[in-house]
Amino acid sequence: MGDDEIVKEFLVESYENLDRLDRELVGLEKNPQDRDALGSVFRTIHTIKGTCGFLGFNKLEKVAHVGENLLTRLRDLQLSLNPEITTALLSMVDAVRQMLGSIEESGSEGERDDTKLIGTLTRVQQLPEIAAQPEVASAPKPSIAVSTTPPVGDPPLPLSPPQPTTVLKPEIFLAPEQQKEKEGESPRMTEIQAERGAVSPVEPVDPQRVQQSARAQANASDSTIRVDVGLLDKVMNLVGELVLARNQVLQFANRMKDTSFLAASQRLNLITTELQEGVMKTRMQPIGNIWNQFPRTVRDVALGCGKEVGIEMEGKETELDKTIIEAIKDPLTHLVRNSVDHGIELPEDRVKAGKDRSGRLILRAFHEGGQVNIEITDDGAGLNVERIRKKAIERSLITSEQSARLSEREVFNLIFLPGFSTAEKVTNVSGRGVGMDVVKTNVEKIGGTVDVQSALGRGTTVRVKIPLTLAIIPALVVTCGGDRYAIPQVSLLELVRLKADEVAKGIELVHGAPVYRLRGRLLPLVYLDRELKLAPDKRPESERDKAVNIVVLQADERQFGLVVDQINDTEEIVVKPLRKQLKTVKTFAGSSIMGDGKVALILDVLGLAQRASVVTETRDRALAGKVAEAAATAGDKQTFLLFAGPGDSRMAIPLSTLARLEEFPVAQVEMSGSQWVTQYRGRILPLIRLNVVLEERRNKLRALQAPPAADSGPLPVLVLRHDGRSFGLVVEQILDIVEDRADVKSAATRPSVLYSVVIGERVTELLDIPAILRSADLGSNPGALRTGVAAKVAEAAN
Amino acid sequence: MEHTSVHTSQFCTFYLDKLLFGVELKGVQEVIRRLEMTKVPLAPAMVSGLINLRGQVVTAVDLRQRLELEPRPADMLSMNVVVRSDDGAVSLLVDEIGDVVEVEEKTFEPPPETLRVSMRAMILGVHKMNDRLLHVLDIEKACQMTDVAEAAAAGR
Repeated sequence: MGDDEIVKEFLVESYENLDRLDRELVGLEKNPQDRDALGSVFRTIHTIKGTCGFLGFNKLEKVAHVGENLLTRLRDLQLSLNPEITTALLSMVDAVRQMLGSIEESGSEGERDDTKLIGTLTRVQQLPEIAAQPEVASAPKPSIAVSTTPPVGDPPLPLSPPQPTTVLKPEIFLAPEQQKEKEGESPRMTEIQAERGAVSPVEPVDPQRVQQSARAQANASDSTIRVDVGLLDKVMNLVGELVLARNQVLQFANRMKDTSFLAASQRLNLITTELQEGVMKTRMQPIGNIWNQFPRTVRDVALGCGKEVGIEMEGKETELDKTIIEAIKDPLTHLVRNSVDHGIELPEDRVKAGKDRSGRLILRAFHEGGQVNIEITDDGAGLNVERIRKKAIERSLITSEQSARLSEREVFNLIFLPGFSTAEKVTNVSGRGVGMDVVKTNVEKIGGTVDVQSALGRGTTVRVKIPLTLAIIPALVVTCGGDRYAIPQVSLLELVRLKADEVAKGIELVHGAPVYRLRGRLLPLVYLDRELKLAPDKRPESERDKAVNIVVLQADERQFGLVVDQINDTEEIVVKPLRKQLKTVKTFAGSSIMGDGKVALILDVLGLAQRASVVTETRDRALAGKVAEAAATAGDKQTFLLFAGPGDSRMAIPLSTLARLEEFPVAQVEMSGSQWVTQYRGRILPLIRLNVVLEERRNKLRALQAPPAADSGPLPVLVLRHDGRSFGLVVEQILDIVEDRADVKSAATRPSVLYSVVIGERVTELLDIPAILRSADLGSNPGALRTGVAAKVAEAAN
Repeated sequence: MEHTSVHTSQFCTFYLDKLLFGVELKGVQEVIRRLEMTKVPLAPAMVSGLINLRGQVVTAVDLRQRLELEPRPADMLSMNVVVRSDDGAVSLLVDEIGDVVEVEEKTFEPPPETLRVSMRAMILGVHKMNDRLLHVLDIEKACQMTDVAEAAAAGR
């Protein structure tokens, strides 16, 4: 190993240790007796000191050395930690970090003068001591350099006479010259040694314990290795390429009739998917990695503005892609600082308001619907709607007329506008009018959203929603003007297809603006070809598909319908960023290479909505809020998928259980024993026929073994998920999606039905999916596998 | 200018509207025939589309547009000169590929004062060849959007 490598190793290790130090020191401030933490802090500094002495970094060594001395005294309970000491130690950590940074850049510690810091570190050691008494011989074994002992519970006892000393780890006792001089009058050295002496002289260090802890460390490092991020990125790119190649092979395989080739390509498909998942996992990091610095941040900011703030974290282990972790680090830090600086009140004000002196800052992270939610909640003063309104008008961000029309929630979101700041005082932390808008832009850059909720006097919650990963996303592929476009699945709500004869009736105009009534609410329609100024369709009138395909999308809490020529399929696509020549085109988020090798553009749903002016009005959002409220007060409405069962019966399932709607041509259905199956997205999907399930027992067997009738049309199939497995339910006809309270219930009249219910003023049977699965005996079918599809496809039909 | 510091320099040459252009050979990644291109709606006029270059998505810049020349006749197929820019590979669409030429620095002359202002940054100068002039293009500038194009695109 060359010198450079040793230095590099030293840097990496020290950085990691320093991050831990920050956390531990802040933790120690609350619980100064935590000897484990003290021991660990001590060891870290000790290691850094030792290594940099060896590598010849003298300045660094000097600082670490004074720090170590201070820590020695803390660890031996000669001093107890107070904010001043903590601050001194933290600034030592900062200095060490700076020097490491400079070593990384230039190979030397840089020109610096640490006399002041060393002075402070030395001075705090002289402060009147609180717990300087050593423990007597009967006290539990005090920890030694490699301490793993639990915190010492016994209160310190009065000074006992010095005992014979044993030098255990000499370097601990070598106080620097200056310390010796200053301490000349007080026999502190003896005390340290006296405490050491309390341990039986014949057993200086518990060798077993040393070994144990060494083994624990070795184990941790055996099971993990450090990997260069550049290498990981390269592997990631290669897997991306492999996914593309896989897609191409699959398309090719579907055209070939060779079954062995088909089988091989299916294997390739499965392996690629797993490999992709595996590689994605290597890039996942727990969000705790960035949260860990927040206790320190909160402490510094709180101390700086005279507040008391405790920080709590939930869901530290929530994992995110590395690139995203990096991208949200700064926005989150800003939000945390903001909460402490602006959100939480001064202790006196809090007491006046009947709250605890100390404010609470809660960080939560959790997965939800393929996204990661991060919440930053404080129990501070909350946002003042009127003040924000006034401020926004003052800064001419909005007019007073506009302001009057804004809902409370919209007012809150004004704080994300550039040039907005409500801080009365401009501090060095925040309130400079830059920040919240930068937070929003940065989060949106990675496809996330920020939202703020607040209650005056009770606190504020900022919620950040971000995608799990950026590199490979599920997307819906559509065709428009002869080109394909990918729409990220996260923005997709549902698909609606209006048949040719329904178009005239289904699409109405509001003074020229086309809208569609989707379950009773008007959905603004945006025509993709018009928005993108695509060349008009040159096909003759007769060849064109006269049906209208509407992709219902969600953009910034607004819904709109995007009309496209054709809806193809959902696909996992590898996102390739657009180059700078195209950065002005806001309607596209990136590009991807499709299975046939052609490039397709990925639509930026928000950009498109903005271009089409869907997302600027404020009216509908407030309206939507009201509607939602009304719905809430009217009782819990549920959304159901209606379909026709055997014998023209009307049946329904809750929409939430539905993964997709599909139509399979009879030719695609194969028999596996008496089970109907079909190949679906590279997996075997068992098909359950509703008419068989509902058939009376005596006829069941005959019905079960019947192969599909060759002359029947495509089978309408509901792809459902239950217990993590997918299966298809073959029904007679898919009818509609309706929203209903469905509170008029009556008991079921046959098995596999949960109960009868009135939906849309007609009696409808609600299916019992677990019962159907049981009766179809799919309880242990390994062929039923997950599909991971979220889109709900709705064929609107009469 | 780098090529003045060496005695000779090599250029990859190509034709645009019968004019001879060249970019420094070391900045050229490869020259390929026409590839299938995906148009980008709403994009600035100089961007012809996106091509799939062995798994990489590369922006194709129509040099005729960029150099404010006559549009390429519909029946003329273009060639791709893939160059390495600061922002990754970019494909420059040209009419026809010429030879790789080696020129001496003494044949170089900066552009005349009468050259259109918008071209000043992009055309570094010309090499006086026996029978014609070789226009030397700045790769970075050629790949960049003009301010006008940028403003127009942003305003759309």
